[in-house]
Amino acid sequence: MTDAPHLIEVRNLVKRFPIGGGLFSRSHKVVHAVSDVSFHIARGETLSLVGESGCGKSTVGKCLARLIPLTEGEITLDGQRIDGLSRSQMKPVRKRLNVVFQDPFSSLNPRMTVEDLVAEPLRSHGMARTRAERHARVGDLLEKVGLAREAMARMPHQFSGGQRQRICIARALASEPDIIICDEAVSALDVSVQAQIINLLMDLQKDLGLALLFISHDLAVVEHMSDRIAVMYLGRIMEIADRESLFRHPRHPYTRALLSAVPLPDPEADRDRAVLTGDVPSPIDPPSGCFFRTRCPMATDRCAAEVPALRDMGAGHMSACHYAEDV
Amino acid sequence: MALLEVRDLQIHFRTATGVNRAVDGLSFDIEAGEALAVVGESGCGKSVTSMSILGLLPTPPGKIAGQIRFRGQNLLNASESRMRKLRGAEIGMIFQEPMTSLNPVFTIGQQIGESVRLHEKASRAEARDRAIEMLRLVGIPSPERRVDEYPHQLSGGMRQRAMIAIALACNPALLVADEPTTALDVTIQAQILDLMQDLRSKVGSAVMLITHDLGVVAEFAERVLVMYAGRKVEEATVRDLFRTPRHPYTQGLLKAVPRLGSSLGAETSVRLAEIPGRVPDLSKPLRGCAFADRCPRAQEVCHRIDPALETKAAGHLAACHFAPREVSAA
Ligand SMILES: Nc1ncnc2c1ncn2[C@@H]1O[C@H](COP(=O)(O)OP(=O)(O)O)[C@@H](O)[C@H]1O
Ligand SMILES: Nc1ncnc2c1ncn2[C@@H]1O[C@H](COP(=O)(O)OP(=O)(O)O)[C@@H](O)[C@H]1O
Ligand code: SF4
Ligand SMILES: [Mg+2]
Ligand SMILES: [Mg+2]
Repeated sequence: MTDAPHLIEVRNLVKRFPIGGGLFSRSHKVVHAVSDVSFHIARGETLSLVGESGCGKSTVGKCLARLIPLTEGEITLDGQRIDGLSRSQMKPVRKRLNVVFQDPFSSLNPRMTVEDLVAEPLRSHGMARTRAERHARVGDLLEKVGLAREAMARMPHQFSGGQRQRICIARALASEPDIIICDEAVSALDVSVQAQIINLLMDLQKDLGLALLFISHDLAVVEHMSDRIAVMYLGRIMEIADRESLFRHPRHPYTRALLSAVPLPDPEADRDRAVLTGDVPSPIDPPSGCFFRTRCPMATDRCAAEVPALRDMGAGHMSACHYAEDV
Repeated sequence: MALLEVRDLQIHFRTATGVNRAVDGLSFDIEAGEALAVVGESGCGKSVTSMSILGLLPTPPGKIAGQIRFRGQNLLNASESRMRKLRGAEIGMIFQEPMTSLNPVFTIGQQIGESVRLHEKASRAEARDRAIEMLRLVGIPSPERRVDEYPHQLSGGMRQRAMIAIALACNPALLVADEPTTALDVTIQAQILDLMQDLRSKVGSAVMLITHDLGVVAEFAERVLVMYAGRKVEEATVRDLFRTPRHPYTQGLLKAVPRLGSSLGAETSVRLAEIPGRVPDLSKPLRGCAFADRCPRAQEVCHRIDPALETKAAGHLAACHFAPREVSAA
């Protein structure tokens, strides 16, 4: 095919963390945080990663942002490999790819003014040469995220959680990136403020043609935000599909269980819940075969023996279940 | 007489900028066996209310006035030793941050066993078995091993569940649960909510469930109390509240939550309804309705006169000058 490469392509990403054992320990235990994950993100698209805590969402985000090295795999940005780049080679890449984290307090240096915080990426990427230019640009960015220009003279602690998240977003937008990775960026906010930030992200995306990798454990928010969704479990992608297809016709028993566990804000909703029993197994010693089989209501002997491949069920709806047809 | 009766509760904190009226004239009842949810944005006084019921609010810096009657007895006059007996026996507690209620120097098994032994006159061995059973119930893997571990040896999620096991083990008449599932995954949350429902149906415990998750409210509670800026702004049965929210704040909250299924089928992305602005600073004197600055329905009168909490329909209270009132309502 002669298709242009997607903005982001991740192929067979693996991330293992060696753990335990001090200097002289013989234990070679590793956490299998991410195992063989592949996906792409098109320009201007929102791909969400969902799944229970510890399933590897943040690790994928950090590998993509090159905040941590990958163990195996390839990542390309507009077709160019970025997984092996050195610190200095990464600099132009960093300009195009930014991250917004959950906790807007710890990600803002409390001793810097908002102006310095937002101007920092402008300076480091040489985007506004003079002080006056930077000042004007910071003001524009603050307005873009719904804050007053005057906010730039103040310190982060003088703002509420929602406003601090706006500052983080302004900072992430400063270098005019192609993609922003939002790691639980709205999870700590009250619903009323969460709605403000979600609307802001969606507006910015439309105006600027931004792509988003939206990491969240909140399925209702994900449904609202995403073009496509990848459902992760214990470091693997279980299912990946566009929004309509995934939420209307989940093709993996894990996705089905997750959806049925979400409490609905409607006391008259009539639903039979498939409550998952037990806990996610340890990523140090994941089960053989399908990682989900220890909690799966459909599991058979085959599930313990064979790792189910991520198969296309039609129109790009991929499921990693031997019995995806029967889900 | 209701199991718990809170009357004109005031909780104030002296701060550098003035007196923070964290709770300002709150009254409500919880009947035996009932599940009451308390909702509202962070900072509206939910946690300090629950702490004051448990006798755990530090005073100073806090100052409490009003009455909190449990089985008719005002807990605000109760001695510390009486409160200690009530907690963990008649009143169970679950917090979002489990270390608040776990004792770091006892194993998880000892802490569960303690309340089992108190209540069921069980032997040491029976108490241990019961503790293992409880740990399994709340979904802790390898409970036979975990039962002998100390709180610090458990992960955050597991501590949360250990605390729930302890609270449930004593079969309390009232369970005060402050954001008990907020830090948990939905699949575990569903398990914990089921456990709490089980406890209610088996033991008849009443539950005061503090949460900001309207989905949890709808699935768990029978009645809801909506708090804003330290006051009760609306109270109703769960069904009435979700069907006909009468306070603009409640209406705003219900519209601001993204709902599963609601954005499917739409050509373009749906915008969520926002509640503009933020909660007011409670250390500054409030004039008029506390919600007026954010309210889409506010008129001049709202900024001047604090709306009284009134019955707007049978069993449905709201504090808003413009909340619709049913003709037959008192
Ligand atoms: N630096 C690290 N060292 C060891 N294990 C880690 C490290 N970072 C993450 N992990 C483990 O990797 C797994 C995936 O973690 P994470 O990506 O943070 O999950 P999520 O964001 O989905 O909650 C978890 O089991 C976590 O404990
Ligand atoms: N120990 C304390 N000292 C001073 N102020 C406090 C203290 N504890 C709580 N507050 C204040 O009381 C108000 C209500 O807090 P809280 O009950 O925790 O709210 P919620 O649980 O609804 O989020 C807040 O303004 C908070 O800052
Ligand atoms: S009293 Fe006025 S400001 Fe307050 S909620 Fe009602 S309409 Fe809004
Ligand atoms: Mg994470
Ligand atoms: Mg609280």
